[in-house]
Amino acid sequence: MRWIWIDKFTDFQPQVSATAIKNVTLAEEHLHDLYPAYPIVPNSLIIEGMAQTSGILVGEARQFKEKVVLAKIGKAVFHRLVRPGETITYHAKVDQLSEAGASISGTVTAVASGAPVGTFPEPVAEIELMFSHVDNNMAGMKFPEHNFVFTEQFVQLLATYRLSSSINL
Amino acid sequence: MAMSRDEIYKKVQEVLVDALGVDDEDVKPTATLREDLGAESIDFLDIVFRLEKTFSIKIPRGELFPENLLSDPQYVQNNQVTPAGVIELKKRMPHSDFTEFEKDPIVDNMAMLFTVDAIVNYVAGKVP
Repeated sequence: MRWIWIDKFTDFQPQVSATAIKNVTLAEEHLHDLYPAYPIVPNSLIIEGMAQTSGILVGEARQFKEKVVLAKIGKAVFHRLVRPGETITYHAKVDQLSEAGASISGTVTAVASGAPVGTFPEPVAEIELMFSHVDNNMAGMKFPEHNFVFTEQFVQLLATYRLSSSINL
Repeated sequence: MAMSRDEIYKKVQEVLVDALGVDDEDVKPTATLREDLGAESIDFLDIVFRLEKTFSIKIPRGELFPENLLSDPQYVQNNQVTPAGVIELKKRMPHSDFTEFEKDPIVDNMAMLFTVDAIVNYVAGKVP
């Protein structure tokens, strides 16, 4: 299964911030599980989307050498639901980054796909996350040598952004 | 102007309320982070991050919450912190009160050293 909850990066400032989008379609199975006849994106998956946007930002800061795991959700305040046909934007900002881990503050907005140009995205959530570099923090515990956090799927997202941003179409 | 101890205490209190989800009144000077305030291992990193941000200070790794001491047989034997271990701990944690811990220096009692007061003392030594 592809556990990827962002479609692409639209901005990436190493060690500073990252912005990613996710287009929500009615074809996604999980939208239909919470309320019958009223499909929504579960808030937990919005947190996951923010965690993936931020996690790649934190991982890139150490060239994906650290195993970056989501350690704590410090805050997750939601203002409205997200529905099919909308585009979610995740904006993650690095608050702190150290040998041990990182803290991130994020904002989530959404806008209806195909909305008139200039339509202001509506606030969906504010999320604060903390990441741990597990090899540095779990003394005595053994983890696999290979980096099981950053699979090819994740690294590819950033590679795609870098490729597209370097080409003027 | 230098911050007063009371100002530092209030800000430390806010940090702990935010990091641990506890109430203001739970954060007493003698409260221990683990037992009284329910802090888990990852919360210690969160507290360090929040203190750095709140007070605009840099907290080098292991300075506020010492690491790698428990695995050293010179300092810990049979779940007991050795006299050399206590001396080392005191050196590394001048911000903590050792009175109670020294009465029974077993490893489990090390949690007594991590109090709200210890954090306030530490920050007071760091802020201008």
